[in-house]
Amino acid sequence: MKARVFVMPKEGVLDPQGKAIAHALQTLGFSGVGEVRQGKVIEVELAEANESRARGLLDEMCRKLLANTVIESYRVELVT
Amino acid sequence: MQAAIVIFPGSNREQDVFDALHRASGKKPLKVWHRDNALPKADLIVIPGGFAYGDYLRCGAMAAHSPIMREVKASAAAGTPVLGICNGFQIITEAGMLPGALLCNKTLKFHCRNVHLRVETSQSVFTSRYETGQVLSVPVAHHDGNYFADRATLDRLEGEGRIAFRYCAPDGALDEAHNANGSARAIAGIFNETKTVLGLMPHPEDATHALHGSLDGAPFFAGLAEALG
Repeated sequence: MKARVFVMPKEGVLDPQGKAIAHALQTLGFSGVGEVRQGKVIEVELAEANESRARGLLDEMCRKLLANTVIESYRVELVT
Repeated sequence: MQAAIVIFPGSNREQDVFDALHRASGKKPLKVWHRDNALPKADLIVIPGGFAYGDYLRCGAMAAHSPIMREVKASAAAGTPVLGICNGFQIITEAGMLPGALLCNKTLKFHCRNVHLRVETSQSVFTSRYETGQVLSVPVAHHDGNYFADRATLDRLEGEGRIAFRYCAPDGALDEAHNANGSARAIAGIFNETKTVLGLMPHPEDATHALHGSLDGAPFFAGLAEALG
């Protein structure tokens, strides 16, 4: 089973990289660009075939390592 | 005082802190490899600066899970002083030994310069040779030194006197201009509840020799040597 983990900065956490990207887009001539936030995508291949167990495992992986829950939120997507 | 310095792949300031501790205590610190399962008996454990695991994923994220960190946490819980400098501060917060996190500098730039720090409390083994309010000139060298914690945590840290150092102007005043990385409440370093674990972004070990251009870090290590024997 393949999973995709999306890690984003939490609301209320300063994201200077996102701000810099927004500014660069505006400089490139794109109008109407509002807030930009930058996160990361981590793809994980799991031997576990059971969806519910896989989600449980990934949730634990996120809390323990893949995301720092002080400053980041995460979302898990299973790719069948 | 027998100090032990934990070294990860990518640590690069271990020799600087080794020299500072050796000069202050007369005793050579022990160097501990991160894969070791046991810590030697030590009066002080140091997590030095650098780029452990290349800062991959997040600064300090993977180092925080190295086998040796289980022992470091246990030692800290038993009251052994632990000092995390720069990357060491990042590792210690990722390991949950101190609250909050270190974000990217608000300027998005790597800051490599001397800064002024204000000593917020002299009531700890780390700061006993300073006066509260004393201003120090100490180098920083970091890209991700922007301290973040939620408001409740920040209020608790202040209420419990656990802010160790703040970035300040040469006269000790706090303002945005002298908090270049954007840290919450200009926080440069914090203690745990018992003030036996200190994490700080600046490098006091690089202000202990005439050639460093500042000797303001010397009392830091002299105080430790005095307090920890």
